[in-house]
Amino acid sequence: MALVDERAHGHHEAHHHEEPGFWGKYVFSQDHKVIGIQYGFTALVFLLFGFSLMMMMRWSLAYPNQPIPLLGKLFKTTGGIIVPEFYNQLGAMHGTIMVFLGIVPLAVGAFGNYLVPLQIGAPDMAFPKLNMASYWSYFVGGVVMLASFFAPGGAAQSGWTSYPPLSDIAPSGQTMWLFGMLFLIISSVLGSTNFIVTIIQLRAPGLTWMRLPFFVWAQFVTSFLLLLAFPALQAAAILQMMDRLAGTSFFLPSGLVVSGQQLAVSGGGSPLLWQHLFWFLAHPEVYVLILPAFGIIAEVIANNTRKPLWGYRSMVWAITFLGFMSFIVWAHHMFMTGMGTVMSTFFQTTTMIISIPSVIVLTALIISLWGASIRYTVPMLFALAFLPMFAIGGLTGLPLGLAPTDIHLHDTYYVIGHFHYVVAPGTIFAMFAGIYYWFPKLTGRSMSNLLGHLHFWPSFLFINGIFMPMFIQGMAGVSRRLYDGGASYSHAQGVLHWNTFMSASAWLLGLAQIPFIINLFWSMWKGKKVGSNPWGATTLEWAATTSPPLAHGNFTEIPTAVRGPYDYSLPGAPQDFVPQHQEA
Amino acid sequence: MDIPYNVEPRPDTGLYNAKLGIWLFLASEVMLFGALFSSYVLLRTGAPPGTWHHGREFLNVPMATLNTIILIASSVTMVMSWASLKLNDFKKFRLYLGLTFLCGVGFLCVKAYEYGTKFHHGYFPKSNTFLAIYFTLTGLHVLHVIGGMIVNGYFVGPGAKMWRTEPERFTNRIEVAGLYWHFVDLVWIFLFPTLYLL
Repeated sequence: MALVDERAHGHHEAHHHEEPGFWGKYVFSQDHKVIGIQYGFTALVFLLFGFSLMMMMRWSLAYPNQPIPLLGKLFKTTGGIIVPEFYNQLGAMHGTIMVFLGIVPLAVGAFGNYLVPLQIGAPDMAFPKLNMASYWSYFVGGVVMLASFFAPGGAAQSGWTSYPPLSDIAPSGQTMWLFGMLFLIISSVLGSTNFIVTIIQLRAPGLTWMRLPFFVWAQFVTSFLLLLAFPALQAAAILQMMDRLAGTSFFLPSGLVVSGQQLAVSGGGSPLLWQHLFWFLAHPEVYVLILPAFGIIAEVIANNTRKPLWGYRSMVWAITFLGFMSFIVWAHHMFMTGMGTVMSTFFQTTTMIISIPSVIVLTALIISLWGASIRYTVPMLFALAFLPMFAIGGLTGLPLGLAPTDIHLHDTYYVIGHFHYVVAPGTIFAMFAGIYYWFPKLTGRSMSNLLGHLHFWPSFLFINGIFMPMFIQGMAGVSRRLYDGGASYSHAQGVLHWNTFMSASAWLLGLAQIPFIINLFWSMWKGKKVGSNPWGATTLEWAATTSPPLAHGNFTEIPTAVRGPYDYSLPGAPQDFVPQHQEA
Repeated sequence: MDIPYNVEPRPDTGLYNAKLGIWLFLASEVMLFGALFSSYVLLRTGAPPGTWHHGREFLNVPMATLNTIILIASSVTMVMSWASLKLNDFKKFRLYLGLTFLCGVGFLCVKAYEYGTKFHHGYFPKSNTFLAIYFTLTGLHVLHVIGGMIVNGYFVGPGAKMWRTEPERFTNRIEVAGLYWHFVDLVWIFLFPTLYLL
């Protein structure tokens, strides 16, 4: 008994703390909401930066060997021209930044962090200190990546995939890429452990697994992918670091000749080993990019159709199955490596199978629109655009998943078009939908509708202007890795004129983001004040707490869920929605 | 604000937060070491016949056997320290966790001696692919041992004062630290035969 008393006493003492000061409140905060916002802002800045790198690349593709206007002053040594080595840096860092520093931190770090505890009725994440450590580890990783541009020889330039042997012998920016990646992996392991424990342990009373909002399910599966797939890249990064710093030959084959001289290494390594380890991470990573987007789109669609999601259970089982399958499809990125037809047969079979759950989710979302009186809000516009854009991205992936057709399309612009349709007008549009949808949750104010339309329509137009012609160029056989966009290849001449069109679309897409940036900051201070639940939503983050939620603990009282997440237009109910914690 | 199930287990899962957390972390660690072991297998099976160097050419099996015994002993003392807390015997807890820490020191000394003789004979990671994977795997394992020793050292020393204020939470902490320590031990039990004997 004495032991129990002592414990209860200690409990009070441990949790009796003062209000944190400026640093504790805004910088080294342990509140999941602040950390979510930190993640969100950092990731948006990285997205803009990564996008800027791409806009520079598009200059070189459209006007190769010509000085770039304005920005050219930054690199005087080449007379303002984007030389091939610099183009390679831009390409490698664009991919790295968009995937690892932009989208994943935004989709998981920001949306997941802010919303998961609120949607499951938890006072915070299970491990607030680890949550903080996760953000700062990500931040350090990002700074290391950015700093690598100033390393001797420039930033990493072996593609975002860092294939050896080139990456093994690349300048020192590659070592910084590896160090940056280690920090990002630590961040992701800390974060994903935290998410899984939070979702399993901290669900509010009555919130059973099949009553979880689909967004939470998406984050749950995503976290498992991050937790179990990233270590493979960690192992690969350690091995490559040994190659670069300790002179080992994990990825260097015997007798490798560089610039006419045989490398003085022990040899005996395998470049293919890197590809296996890398894609063991990077294919699940593709689903890390898309699953949170599914989650956001599902929430936005349910809310704006005022109907329950069609086939909620099928969607949950589909993404669970997808999570498992994503670990056995990685080598469909490697059909052209000579790994053998038996391997190719296996991996193309699993690849065809994994397309099924994605189709189930997409079909369920489209059928959810059936017969609804849709509210065409700005988030809903982005969500509606997501559906066909992701469908294009997904369907164009099928020819790449089949070895015979992949032989023709491998490493062409077709591949670039395919995955950008999944990630850019797919995932990034979902992120925009999420930002417009949950902005009132964070601030108590709504974003401007007019600026939202000015953002959506040009973005939708120009993003297709960039990526649609890539399929045409790709099918003509234009390689994705040329700094001059194919100008020096005769087979590319017939499709070369698309380059200026695509580049102009890219720069106009950049301009189309200005209304969004203005909207974001303007609405924070001047946006229209709205109530706690402006969209009339059913899930706990809207229905059971204020906007913005309480700084400590989110809820005045932990709610008890009594129904599923999407009870919209329930017959006999007084309103067209019934919150999860309310009896009808 | 209190985070639920920080100390007491959640009824439907039977776990407190940190215990689930450490199991998930260890799952991630299994994937890390699994990837490295797979790399070892692929590099070794992919080497042209007769070119692969074997551990017995370079490595000291008696020393590694000694280290295996030390680590297994340390796992036993780790469990004993946790069990002592469960039995409310703080003095024994300190004794056993201190012994666990000392076992870690012993392991590192033997490992340092082994590394030293390799370097002395001119065997470095760059010498051949076997030594490369040997130094990478054991080096990473050593980092894990050091990490565990920092945690254990903290709980023997300054961290132990939590026993007076929150004994149940402190006992949980030792259990979690123990799970990690057993994992580090287990990794070595895989490393020993694959690197030294096969």
